[in-house]
Amino acid sequence: MQLELNHYLWLSAFMFTVGVVGVLVRRNAIVIFMCIELMLNAVNLSFIAFSHFMRDIQGQLMVFFVMTVAAAEAAVGLAIVIALFRNKQTVNIDEINILKG
Amino acid sequence: MDVSGILFVFLGAQIIVATVGTVWSRNPVTSALFLVLNFFALGGLYLLLEAQFIAVVQVIVYAGAIMVLFLFTIMLLNLDNERALAEKFDLRKGFAVLLGGVLLVELLYIIGLKTPIPIKQTALTTVQLGEAKYIGRELLTNFLFPFEIVSILLLLAVVGAIVLAKKNFTTSPKS
Repeated sequence: MQLELNHYLWLSAFMFTVGVVGVLVRRNAIVIFMCIELMLNAVNLSFIAFSHFMRDIQGQLMVFFVMTVAAAEAAVGLAIVIALFRNKQTVNIDEINILKG
Repeated sequence: MDVSGILFVFLGAQIIVATVGTVWSRNPVTSALFLVLNFFALGGLYLLLEAQFIAVVQVIVYAGAIMVLFLFTIMLLNLDNERALAEKFDLRKGFAVLLGGVLLVELLYIIGLKTPIPIKQTALTTVQLGEAKYIGRELLTNFLFPFEIVSILLLLAVVGAIVLAKKNFTTSPKS
């Protein structure tokens, strides 16, 4: 079996879908953040696979930037979760409805 | 099947199990540990794709830094009422899973089209493409502006996280 681009893209598509389902199904805000990280990593895998098979270094730089943004997002997001937990004593997103959305 | 094929199947199976485990497990700590497993397997796949630098950064930044942040938050919040938060399967969640299935079918269809990709002519070998030396050179020439913007973003994230997690931050305006 010769490894092709499509094998990596299938894996990436599966990871992304499970991440989307996780965001829709789970109610724990921290687990939802983890599912967002899953989706970001699925896209990173696609970038690296394309970078390898197209002989283009720019895909790897994109992954580098995505990782940086993910780190910033995780830090701010978890700070928001802590602030919410301090005020509402819960991380269940069904009970966090102060915006009346 | 050659060595890279066996490695791909092994790491792919690990990723599938860890991904489903992250979403499935009731306890957020178990979710976080499954996610760490996932990140290590992804690092292995990056090595398979000859992206050594990104593989190391993946393990250090994601498995090392970001997941420690997650685990610390779970520890600080001390979610002992996770059982009460236990999620039961209702119609809305069934619909969400159905939508996820539709998304997967769409993605697999698009991948199955096998659109030909252009291969870039470059003087570098595939191994050199993943080396820190060449990534750094690209980062400080063609990607210099995004690189500087990202540094500002990180500074803002540090300040924002401290302000948000401060003791006296309330959601209601002071009257």
